[in-house]
Amino acid sequence: MTDNAKTVARLLSTAVFMFAFGFLLVPLYDVLCAVTGFNGKTAGQYVPEKTTEIDKDRWVTVQFITNNNAGMPFEFRPKQRSMRVHPGEINTTEFYIRNPVARTITAQAVPSVSPFHAAAYLHKTECFCFEQQQLVEGEALDMPLRFIVDSELPADVTTLTLSYTLFNISQEALAVAR
Amino acid sequence: MITENPHDSHGPDKGLMRWVFTTNHKDIGTLYLWFSFLMFLTGGVMALIIRSELFQPGLQLVQPEFFIQMTTMHGLIMVFGAVMPAFVGLANCLIPMMVGAPDMAMPRMNNFSFWILPFAFGLLLSSLFMEGGAPNFGWTFYAPLSTDFGPPSTTFFIFAVHMMGISSIMGSINIIVTILNLRAPGMTLMKMPLFVWTWLITAYLLIAVMPVLAGVVTMMLMDIHFNTAFFSAGGGGDPVLFQHIFWFFGHPEVYIMILPAFGIVSAIIPTFARKRLFGYESMVYATASIAFLSFIVWAHHMFTVGIPIAGELYFMYATMLIAVPTGVKVFNWVATMWQGSMTFETPMLFAIAFVVLFSIGGFSGLMLSIVPADFQYHDTYFVVAHFHYVLVPGSVFSVMAAVYYWLPKWTGNMYDEALGKTHFWLSFIGINITFFPQHFVGLAGMPRRIPDYPLQFADFNMVSSCGAFLFGFSQLLFLFIIIKTIRGGEKATEQVWEGAHGLEWTIPSPAPYHTFTTPPSDLNEAHG
Repeated sequence: MTDNAKTVARLLSTAVFMFAFGFLLVPLYDVLCAVTGFNGKTAGQYVPEKTTEIDKDRWVTVQFITNNNAGMPFEFRPKQRSMRVHPGEINTTEFYIRNPVARTITAQAVPSVSPFHAAAYLHKTECFCFEQQQLVEGEALDMPLRFIVDSELPADVTTLTLSYTLFNISQEALAVAR
Repeated sequence: MITENPHDSHGPDKGLMRWVFTTNHKDIGTLYLWFSFLMFLTGGVMALIIRSELFQPGLQLVQPEFFIQMTTMHGLIMVFGAVMPAFVGLANCLIPMMVGAPDMAMPRMNNFSFWILPFAFGLLLSSLFMEGGAPNFGWTFYAPLSTDFGPPSTTFFIFAVHMMGISSIMGSINIIVTILNLRAPGMTLMKMPLFVWTWLITAYLLIAVMPVLAGVVTMMLMDIHFNTAFFSAGGGGDPVLFQHIFWFFGHPEVYIMILPAFGIVSAIIPTFARKRLFGYESMVYATASIAFLSFIVWAHHMFTVGIPIAGELYFMYATMLIAVPTGVKVFNWVATMWQGSMTFETPMLFAIAFVVLFSIGGFSGLMLSIVPADFQYHDTYFVVAHFHYVLVPGSVFSVMAAVYYWLPKWTGNMYDEALGKTHFWLSFIGINITFFPQHFVGLAGMPRRIPDYPLQFADFNMVSSCGAFLFGFSQLLFLFIIIKTIRGGEKATEQVWEGAHGLEWTIPSPAPYHTFTTPPSDLNEAHG
């Protein structure tokens, strides 16, 4: 190979690598968010490894917020606005959704925890956000959420806010948005 | 020494096909420069539509839907169609002459990388006539505005960006190979003119980030047509991820648009100060430092999306750090002028205006880097004023300075100095009237990308619009001066400028169709 061909090959492979790197940023971003809790991203389903000590001396307030994304007609609300819990104990609450419109819609809830640095300490053992909900006209549903607040939650955190945004992921929703 | 060279016997081919098939670096550079000037006027017309609508509060001329298409297309065309091709054109015209090479390393690829551009921009501009109109999500095309809510023409926009990216990457590969492999024997890297150095670094930046841009638009394409959810939260993606990937490309991109300008100014100021460039080596290292820092500061464009405090602090301090190498450059330019025998021909006027006005844009950038202050400035006209100060009297003035400086070498004729100075002063006054008041309306809270605004912003907007028309129409004088110089004028000498250094000034004016078919031997004064 001539000098020129060698340099071109090196530069071209750099370009190809950087194209791949752009896509590599997607999983890297997910890992970074999961590790640090950036964006309040919570991890997936939590399997308790051992029965953890319940910290009876400490109270943490967990608040629940629900939002509908654009083009989402469901009624969506927590059955309890907030709960006072001990770190380490398993708590259960429910969220209510109802489809008031005359067509079948598929919904996906996306969670976010505030403050961000506490996101990694809210573990969900069961959550409706792990699956999608398909509701026909008038159908209503009480959706369960079971969670544990980690007993290693930083001492400065006394209140956690768990927010759910409900997305309409039926094909028609995208068509309307356009 | 070779005395018989078959290419010496003929000049360029005759007729229009010369320009289609040419592999000559001077021809391709010329094509790039004319193309970028055409795009400059196209984007300029869009800017004037924007400024006409903003002349008074209320909706007078265009509907909001069309207005936002104009801001989007103006940004895309000026960034990718005017500034970047202008610098690539200058690189083509000048780098082989500056390093003593006969041509670019890969002439046929050079031809191809230019001829992609008219098709890319034809595709982009054709979206104006499509159902649903042109892209309307701003030049930064944030998801989900561009994915869920974009017009059908978004797909054409994506392919246009792919084509521009391919063109830029091929152009950059060509420039790097030329600089690394085709330098005249004895020309070490540290003897290269600073324009060559800055372009070498710029080309590396382009190769590193244009593929990332191609990646992000590909993800958009898949989100729109193939049901993926890279940027859709409902499907498990994240719209903020779009901003991270975009600005990972976008921040180096803004340095791509300014580093070659640093090189041009570093050639012009020593010539007209009649001194060698102060601190040549520190200029090289400062350029490299700026290029490195450009990769690690991207999130300062997105302070308000919700980044943890540690992240905000890191990106704030890292951004402020860029002021250090930039300050080194400004210091060196001023030190070069210090006690020089200065004269103020048109290129020097543009170069000095560059130093002053680019510094103003740099200072407003420093203000924007302060996180708590940025929450106030974000998405206001203050940001618009900031990036126009670094791009128009920054990059665009440097291109104009370069054209006046090297035009006698390209055409063999001197331009009309009185007309050149008139063009400079009209542009200088016009640009400041246009963009300085935008700092004030921005600080007072006027948002970007709106066709209508509250009454209290009326006066400054009217002033700004008047300045825009003055600046815009002054560019027709620029066109006239260039055509007049091409057609005739006082004959230029080989040296052209008394204090100029560099290999391009050792060959006749106009530069012959083929230069340095035998490498030059005297390299002591290769850089300014």
